[in-house]
Amino acid sequence: MKVTFPHMGTMSIPVKSMLKELGLEVVVPPPITKKTLDLGVKHSPEFACLPLKMNVGNYIEALEQGADTILMGGGVGPCRFGYYGEVQEEILEDLGYDFEMIILEPLQGDWKELFKTIKLLVGNIAITKIKSAWQKGWAKAKAVDQLNRIANQTRSYLINRYRASEVYERGLKLIRQAETIEEVETKVGLIEEEFNNLERDEDFEPLKVGLVGEIYVVLEPFTNLQIEKKLGEKGVLVDKSIYLTDWMEGHLFPSFLKRDQEGKKVKEVAQPYLNHFVGGHGLESVGETVLYSQKGYDGVVQLFPFTCMPEIIAESILPTVSRDLNIPVLSLTMDEHTGEAGYVTRLEAFIDLLERKSRKEKVI
Amino acid sequence: MKGYMGVDVGSVSTNIAIINEEQEVIEKLYLRTEGQPIKAIKKGLMEIKDRVDCEISGVGTTGSARQLAGVIIGADTVKNEITAHAVAASTVVPGVQTVLEIGGQDSKIIVLRDGVVVDFGMNTVCAAGTGSFLDQQASRLNISIEEFGGLALQANAPVRIAGRCSVFAESDMIHKQQLGHNVEDIIAGLSEALVKNYLNNVAQGKEILGPIVFQGGVAANEGIKVAFEEELGLEVVVPEYYDVMGAIGSAVLAQEAVNEKGRTDFKGFNTTDFNYHASSFECEGCPNSCEVINIHQGDEVIARWGSKCPKWEAV
Repeated sequence: MKVTFPHMGTMSIPVKSMLKELGLEVVVPPPITKKTLDLGVKHSPEFACLPLKMNVGNYIEALEQGADTILMGGGVGPCRFGYYGEVQEEILEDLGYDFEMIILEPLQGDWKELFKTIKLLVGNIAITKIKSAWQKGWAKAKAVDQLNRIANQTRSYLINRYRASEVYERGLKLIRQAETIEEVETKVGLIEEEFNNLERDEDFEPLKVGLVGEIYVVLEPFTNLQIEKKLGEKGVLVDKSIYLTDWMEGHLFPSFLKRDQEGKKVKEVAQPYLNHFVGGHGLESVGETVLYSQKGYDGVVQLFPFTCMPEIIAESILPTVSRDLNIPVLSLTMDEHTGEAGYVTRLEAFIDLLERKSRKEKVI
Repeated sequence: MKGYMGVDVGSVSTNIAIINEEQEVIEKLYLRTEGQPIKAIKKGLMEIKDRVDCEISGVGTTGSARQLAGVIIGADTVKNEITAHAVAASTVVPGVQTVLEIGGQDSKIIVLRDGVVVDFGMNTVCAAGTGSFLDQQASRLNISIEEFGGLALQANAPVRIAGRCSVFAESDMIHKQQLGHNVEDIIAGLSEALVKNYLNNVAQGKEILGPIVFQGGVAANEGIKVAFEEELGLEVVVPEYYDVMGAIGSAVLAQEAVNEKGRTDFKGFNTTDFNYHASSFECEGCPNSCEVINIHQGDEVIARWGSKCPKWEAV
């Protein structure tokens, strides 16, 4: 059995380790390129959102490299994602591929389903083995998120801002290659030090922008046209409201293990604007925007794939939040366009807006 | 006399404006880009060179080809068109609170308060209601675009046209025309539909307060202006140089930039003597197949862009 799974940002690093630890042979899809996008767009329903199409592109490229089993996340709606595994299976079958699709449904109270799925993948396996695979994957997931945070916190202060991505990319490579949890931890320390040694402009006061929105386009730089890098290199400190580890916690941890304080807070502060779950991260987009304003951020960028229902709900609520709390919000819809001009224009104008606003507020 | 030049190279038109130190427009030029920005820039510079006798102390570029124009001319500031339009509007109409801008391919709304941009919106996936669509409809009806707006004012009973999508709008117009409605009523109906679409799709519930400035090529269309006034219940001002506001804003920004750095990078009007051209190639380094563009001045590559990675960044 050769297992593959879709890309989402740096997710392949922990997932590959986890699957390998379970004794599986893994085929990581080639890095996302325009070819991936073309394949996905060509074979997916036109009205589906971008993540479905990107997944299909990943699967095809991985199947062509010999993968025969696909591991995909599930969901319970109302976001359409919960149904994507099934749809993608049909698409690939119609294309004539021979493979097995295994869909990991979110834990809803009990672990039995998860064990059944794992059994499907690896047969009878010692529970200690599952535990060690999980621990290793979790360590790597935390490590890549940590590096991403450091890169975003550091980039705007650097004399040479382009260096941040170089160091970050090298760090990812080291984490990818690390064999043990100890090694992962050492490497994170090493890269952190390298970041600290980069030359900084200590007096620089960057604008601070928070990213909210649909998880896939927030986490996958190919689909968001590298927004963290673009903003950071223009001297903006970027903070992401969602990380892979957050999603894993929400999806795979039983409720008593969740350190759900943050989640509760998001719901609480969203309350005046939206008081129930609308699927995906719609509620979080509203709540996180409120939190960013409380934390003194200058602005918020909301990212979502074209036709994303939960985020459309958030998009229509955010102008009210923006007005009430005096925090500018820019909503950007991502789709298959790779032409960046229009996108860059909006980001630049948004930065100008924030800059002039903050300059004015300082004068007053 | 000192002058500052702004160059706005958009998809449909290339505009140049020269302002004096009091930020008054002393010369302007509106050209069609005709798909060849480099040629349009050269032609524009050559034309305007003979019309002014001032020393150019600073240059700014804006519009979708701002980067290209900046390299060729030697710009002191290269700014996006949203900022440029906002700066121009508040220079020309101090205290402006809302800018409605409709150009060839895009439309935007800019909300200002106390002279600062606080919000903006731009059409995302749909070009319904922009200049190109009006151009297309005018030529389908065999009416010159200059007359198009005036005809809307002669309507007695505007018909209802679906404005959400230009394809739907066109088929709706054809259906009404085939039923026998007269052209004036159809054009007036189209103007109303486009204004409603703009307010829903671009303005999306933003707070529209006066003074309102309407600019961009479509502001020449009297019918659309009146439809905005009726829909909003407020007066809409079309500034004298409505069609080159991006260029004016860019010139004002150039003045600011030069005041700060104390010199200009302007290469001079002789730029037009150089032979500029672009070439492109597809990088084969990875499956991204980036389309990399080289800008040549004579035999020398002076700028390069289009790649996702830094491989081709150094010139």
